Amino acid sequence: MTAFFHALASQDFLQIAFIGGLLASIACGVMGSYVVVKRMSFLAGGIAHAVLGGMGVAYFFGKSPISGAIAAALVAAWVIGWVSLRWRQTADTIIAALWSVGMAVGVIFISMTPGYNVDLMSYLFGNILMIPRSDLYIMATLDGLIMLAVLVFYQQFMAVCFDEEFARLRGLPVVFFYLLLLTLVALTVVVLIQVVGLILVIALLTLPAAIAAQYLRRLAPIMVLATILGMLFTGGGLALSYTPDLPAGATIILVAGTAYLVSLLVTGFARRRRC
Amino acid sequence: MNPIVILKGVSFSYGGPPVLEEVDLAVEEGEFLGLVGPNGSGKSTLLKILLGLLEPSSGQAEILGGTPAQARGAIGYVPQFAAFPHDFPISAGEVVLQGRLGHVRIFGGYRAKDREIARQALLETYVWDLKDQPIGSLSGGQLQRVLLARALATQPKLLILDEPTASIDPRAEEDIFDLLKKLKSRMTILVVSHDIGFISQYVTRIACLNRRLVCHTTSALTGEMIQQLYGSPVRMIRHTTR
Ligand SMILES: Nc1ncnc2c1ncn2[C@@H]1O[C@H](COP(=O)(O)OP(=O)(O)O)[C@@H](O)[C@H]1O
Ligand SMILES: [Mg+2]
Repeated sequence: MTAFFHALASQDFLQIAFIGGLLASIACGVMGSYVVVKRMSFLAGGIAHAVLGGMGVAYFFGKSPISGAIAAALVAAWVIGWVSLRWRQTADTIIAALWSVGMAVGVIFISMTPGYNVDLMSYLFGNILMIPRSDLYIMATLDGLIMLAVLVFYQQFMAVCFDEEFARLRGLPVVFFYLLLLTLVALTVVVLIQVVGLILVIALLTLPAAIAAQYLRRLAPIMVLATILGMLFTGGGLALSYTPDLPAGATIILVAGTAYLVSLLVTGFARRRRC
Repeated sequence: MNPIVILKGVSFSYGGPPVLEEVDLAVEEGEFLGLVGPNGSGKSTLLKILLGLLEPSSGQAEILGGTPAQARGAIGYVPQFAAFPHDFPISAGEVVLQGRLGHVRIFGGYRAKDREIARQALLETYVWDLKDQPIGSLSGGQLQRVLLARALATQPKLLILDEPTASIDPRAEEDIFDLLKKLKSRMTILVVSHDIGFISQYVTRIACLNRRLVCHTTSALTGEMIQQLYGSPVRMIRHTTR
């Protein structure tokens, strides 16, 4: 552990990784709370896998992967959002299709990319230690956007998540706010993929908020606690992985998963005691 | 008297067999109308047409002199099934405030006036002391009163309730109907129920629906009417509550 803090004080890449983790925690704490209370982790998973397609295509054409990721995330969010508002029953199937097709496109384009071999593993499991400094600015901008939108539209987002039909009857533009919410979820997914990769993105999106929701009964406090938990998990995972040289993304998720399990046991135990 | 709800020859189907056929109905201002009928008779569907959530496949619905979609702002609605998960992290007070959504500014949320209206609605339905409780902790009767408060917070001219007491105990059911009785001097009320015996002591008129509008009465229902409605004789349950 001390080795980690020494390295953190002196090593540039580790500082960037650490800050990247903190920035990702803000997005995942706030948007993850919506994903958990609105029960849309499958939908977020679909967006994440479509993002792999976008990154692969961008890489193939020599563009930065994050621009491809953002474009694909937006398209996927709008398609999925529109479909799930329109044909509720078949939305599941369409998300699953987008999920696998996005993944397939990504794998094919990455394999076709000439020159040196792109490490597919780093897309799948992320590589927080290799985040370019410029991505920190992108992540900070996305955090700013997310927080601004949630501050301004807190009531509207809450109404759409809580009771869509009633919100529509009150004259709220439900489609607009639902798609805006999914857009923000999509951008969060992009940020998180940098940190923990595609496979683990859902875990970091849902675990902190799910733990927070076990203890708190109001949305705003859940967002705050989920953000703090996310910071603890990313920071802790990074520190734990340093000395034994474990993959950072996977270690972060193990920390989060362990915390969730412990929390489940504790609340389950407390509930049993009360009865 | 002027009718605020007019249905003319309304038919509807979800793509299969007809769910509503040639329904004609006029509701006068100030009426407290009970809409009864067996399960699957199209009661909820009829309400959704009144709310503009569904379009009739033929016929016309006119509310407050306009289309249902235009009249929405003046309709308070208590749905049959709570569409939300019960562990949603929201307090009773926040739910009632959502009745003010149509009036809320795009930026900045609810105003003091909205909070005052929500407070009145919570007091009126006797759930003011529950306002900080998460909805998941409320009993069935309390939740229904919170949903009624949310509908009242919209300051409706027409209040529509879809089986508001289907899943709560008789005590709480009486409380809700006593509340509606108080409200009827201020607004027109349309309430769906399948408990004819019970609501007939509260409402000013009953309309019976079974795909078509089968009967219509201002007096107590006769056994014959019920037989006509359900297609078989049923025992009439008399609630001797007051
Ligand atoms: N969304 C829907 N899609 C298809 N059929 C429906 C839908 N909603 C209701 N129905 C059918 O329409 C009929 C009337 O339903 P409903 O209006 O809910 O009746 P009630 O409220 O009187 O019990 C039923 O046969 C029901 O199965
Ligand atoms: Mg019904």
